[in-house]
This record gives sequence, C-alpha cells and structure tokens, in this order.
Amino acid sequence: MSSLRWTVSDTLVLAMRQLRRIPRQPDLLIGYTIQPVMFVLLFRYVFGGAIATPGFDNYASYLMPGIIVQSIAFGGFVTALAIADDMNKGLIGRFRSLPMSRIAVLSGRAFADIALNALQLVVLIGIGLVVGFGFGTDVLKVLLGILLLLGLGFAFSWVFCLIGLLSGSAETSNAIGFTVIFPLTFASGAFVQPSTMPDGLRQFAEANPFTTLVDATRHLWIGGEAAPANSDVWMSIVWIVAITVVASFLAVRRYRSLAG
Amino acid sequence: MSTDAVIEARGLRRSFGDVHALQGVDLVAPAGSVLGVLGPNGAGKTTAVRILTTLLPPDGGSATVAGLDVVKDAQELRSKIGLAGQYAAVDEYLTGKENLEMVGRLYHLSPAESRSRAKELLEEFDLVDAGGRTAGTYSGGMRRRLDLAAALVMRPPVLFLDEPTTGLDPRSRNSLWQTIEDRVADGTTVLLTTQYLEEADRLADRIAVIDHGQVIAEGTSDELKAKVGGERLDLVLEDEAQAAAATEALAPLADGEPAVDGASLSTPLRQGSGGVVAAVRRLDDAGVGVTDIAVRRPTLDDAFLTLTGRPAEEASTDGEEPA
Repeated sequence: MSSLRWTVSDTLVLAMRQLRRIPRQPDLLIGYTIQPVMFVLLFRYVFGGAIATPGFDNYASYLMPGIIVQSIAFGGFVTALAIADDMNKGLIGRFRSLPMSRIAVLSGRAFADIALNALQLVVLIGIGLVVGFGFGTDVLKVLLGILLLLGLGFAFSWVFCLIGLLSGSAETSNAIGFTVIFPLTFASGAFVQPSTMPDGLRQFAEANPFTTLVDATRHLWIGGEAAPANSDVWMSIVWIVAITVVASFLAVRRYRSLAG
Repeated sequence: MSTDAVIEARGLRRSFGDVHALQGVDLVAPAGSVLGVLGPNGAGKTTAVRILTTLLPPDGGSATVAGLDVVKDAQELRSKIGLAGQYAAVDEYLTGKENLEMVGRLYHLSPAESRSRAKELLEEFDLVDAGGRTAGTYSGGMRRRLDLAAALVMRPPVLFLDEPTTGLDPRSRNSLWQTIEDRVADGTTVLLTTQYLEEADRLADRIAVIDHGQVIAEGTSDELKAKVGGERLDLVLEDEAQAAAATEALAPLADGEPAVDGASLSTPLRQGSGGVVAAVRRLDDAGVGVTDIAVRRPTLDDAFLTLTGRPAEEASTDGEEPA
C-alpha cells in the first residue's frame, strides 16, 4: 500500500507549512517565550518566598519542572487557535477537498509543535538556570526528561487540535482551554506540594496526571531523596500514550465529519 | 441519465437540524459546459457545492462527478476536481509560491513538478511579482486569483467555483471572468454558484435557479428570460404627473401593467408591437414628453423577480446555511 507513504508525505508537507509560519508570526513567538518567563519570575520571586518545599534546595528547583509542564501543556493553545482559524478561513475545506491523507492536517500540526515546544524548553530551562534551578542527575536522565516533556507536548497538540475542531472559533477555544486545563494544572503538584492542600483537593492533586508528569520530571532532573522515582516515569509514559491515542482518534474522527 | 454528463445530481437532500438546506435538487452539467447555480444567500448553493466536492455527505439522493460517486468514490474523485470558494482559502502566512507548491504536493505531485506548476500558474495569473510575498499582503482580487490558481494546480477536468467574485471590484471581477472563460475554452467543466445575475448571464451555458433548497427554474439564460415574456420598454418621463397619460398611450402596445417608479416607467411589450418607433409616435400624439426611452431584453433580474416573486437583492435569508 502506498497510502502510508502518502500519509507520511502529506504530514511532512503540512508540518513544513507550520514551521514556515513560525518566524512570520512574531506575536506568537512572544506568547511562547516572554509569557512563560514572566510566570517563572512571578512564582519564583513574588509567591516563592511564602511557599515551603522541604527537601528541595530552593523553590526554583521545585518550581521549574512544574512550570515547564504547565507551559508545554498550554503551548497547545496556539494549535487550537490556528486550527479554528484554518476552519474559518476555508483552508480546512480546501485540504478536505484534496486527495490527501485525512490525518495529515492534524499530524503535521502536532509534529511541527514539537519544534515550538523545543524552543520553549530552551527558553524556560535557560531562565530556570538563571533564577537558581540546577540539574542534579546525569545527562541521560536530563535528556529523558526532555523527551518526556516533548511527548507531553505532542499529546496535548492532539488535545488542542480536537478543541480547535470542536469549537470552531478562537474565542471558544480560549474559553475551553482556560476553564478546563488551567485549573487542572494548578490543582496539581506543579507549584506547591499537595500535602499542604485541604482534604479532597489533596487527593485530586495526587491523582492528577499533571502531578505525575511533574514528579517524573523532578525525578529525572533533580533526583535524590526529594524526588524519588516511584512509578512516575512509567505512569507518565502511559498517560502520554493514552492521551495521544484517545485525542488523535477523536480529532481525526471530527475532522472527517466536519460540515465544511 | 445522459451519458456525457460530467456533473449529475439527483434528488439531493441535506438538512442542518431544522434548516432544510437542500430539498431534492437535480443538477446536470454536460462535459465542457458551465452550469450556473443562481440564488440568493442561504438558498442552498454552497451546500450543493460541498456535497459535490465530497466535503459533506448528502442525507438523500445521489450525485456523480466525472463518473465517480461523491460518497463511495470520494477519495478518487478529489483528484479530479478543483475547488475555489467564496472565502479565498489560501494561507496568509505563506507566499503565493509556497501556497501553490503546498497544494501541488498535497495533490501528490513531486517537489519538482509542484515548483514548475506553481511557476506556470503565477505567470498565468499575473502574480509573478507578488509570488514571493506572503498572501496576507495581497489585495482581495489577488487572493481570489491565487485561490483559483490553487484550484487549477492539477488541471482538473471539473472545476467548482463557489461565488468566485463576491466582494470583488468590477475590474478584478472582469479579469477573473476572463480566466474562467479561458478554462472553459480548454474543455474544463465548471459549476459556478453566484448571486450575481450578470455573472451567470455572462459565464453560464445553462442556469439552475435555486431558492429555499429547490431548483425553481432551469434552462439557458435566454430560456429563463423568455419565461418573463418578451422585450420591455423603459422610459423616463419629463413630468412625473404624466405617468397615467403615458400608460394610457402605450396600452395598445403593452403586454400587462407597467411598473411605475417616480418618473421611470417600465412595461412589457406585446410581440410585434412596433417597438420604440411606435411607442415614440404614440407618446408624441398624446403630448407626453420623455427624456429617455429604450427597448431592452429582459434581464435575469426580471426573471428572478418573476420566478420567486421578489427581487434577487431582497431575497430572504431564512434558509441560511452554516458557515
């Protein structure tokens, strides 16, 4: 069958489309870089002094894995906006009228997002090192941590593709993203230790997959007694694969049945 | 079924919730012809195009394009058609050249073929100078040209144009019409939707008038005009107060009541009435002064008014289809 070959080819063509667009949208690049840096400064210096994280060298060490996971998850936002924009401008209609793969518009986007997320990672790790974060493990584990985060970004690209296709407008995408994903990232171990939270919220935060991802990153980057392995790395991989499979299935199904 | 029909739809139905966008639409376009689908906003034109271009499955009825079923053979059909829509569907962050090359690759042309085809089309559509600029910097007319060029990358035998000139200035419209006529001269079969009667009149071999999801008339431009009767006499009076006198003087020539609007008067003429010469003589005898007088063939505007009971411009939009 040559259909797999064309799926790969179509995906590459559309990934290239997205990569070409990146340097031509400076406003988007600012959102990807300046905004997370402001979050880091806010948490590190405004709230950080009041947050105790026993076992960690300083709050920056505790914070950085959390804020990076949040930023990566949120980076997908731009994906939802772009997909909604493509629908409104008729581009999705054009793509759907072409004899191309039915998954390529979305998979091309998801693969191109890896480049954006890598850029964001570089910026965030850079600012993290400036504000007092330090790696405490070996190169292999640091790289594994980076792979895990890029995997998370890939999974969330599919989630946001689905949100963009379902909402059909930038405003609705925004509303869905902020009311669902924003609270989920805060009700986790990303910024404070769940043991300080009241009953109910604490259990939720401990079970939250964002906590699992953040703890896995802490283990791979900081290690030691403060960030033990537990089952977090494996569970993170399971979460990433599960989110990717479910979200991509639903997104492609939605794409096929669009009305335009 | 006729054997040489390249586009053939039978009893197409499609609803969106309570909105019945198409209620049993038949459309036929023989090879190499232009079928104009004419109707007001919300008549169902875009829904019909979406079904015929495989973007939307019909609720009922069937359709074939280039001999391929729009549902069963959808993927194969997509390589035989080009679609240009009322929204100029180009990526505004890509250059004109990049847009065309991308579409070429997605039609599964090789990178080299995509490049050479893009170059040809930029030349053909007078976009060579703009080819290296992002489409976001283009004027409305240039974007439409790029959109149409993208639809023609594969030299498709069947072309669907959904309101290709809506919102364009007259000069851009004329140049787009010329391009479409060139395609037709090369043997491309075209289905064109439009709200502009003038556009259907100029481009289409046959016209299907669609309203509230149904074809209410079908035929050549001349056949549709014939439904409204023969020639019309239009005149402008020197003095509005003489409208009644003018109506009386012209009564023997007229085929029905005239429409009076201030000093303007328009009346259908009886066959063989003697036309403008007879009219001028009678008005003169009655002492009615006119500043302007002309006989004209009925326009599609007149046809639309007669067929739907309302002018095309004021047509209701209660069958509005989702964007």
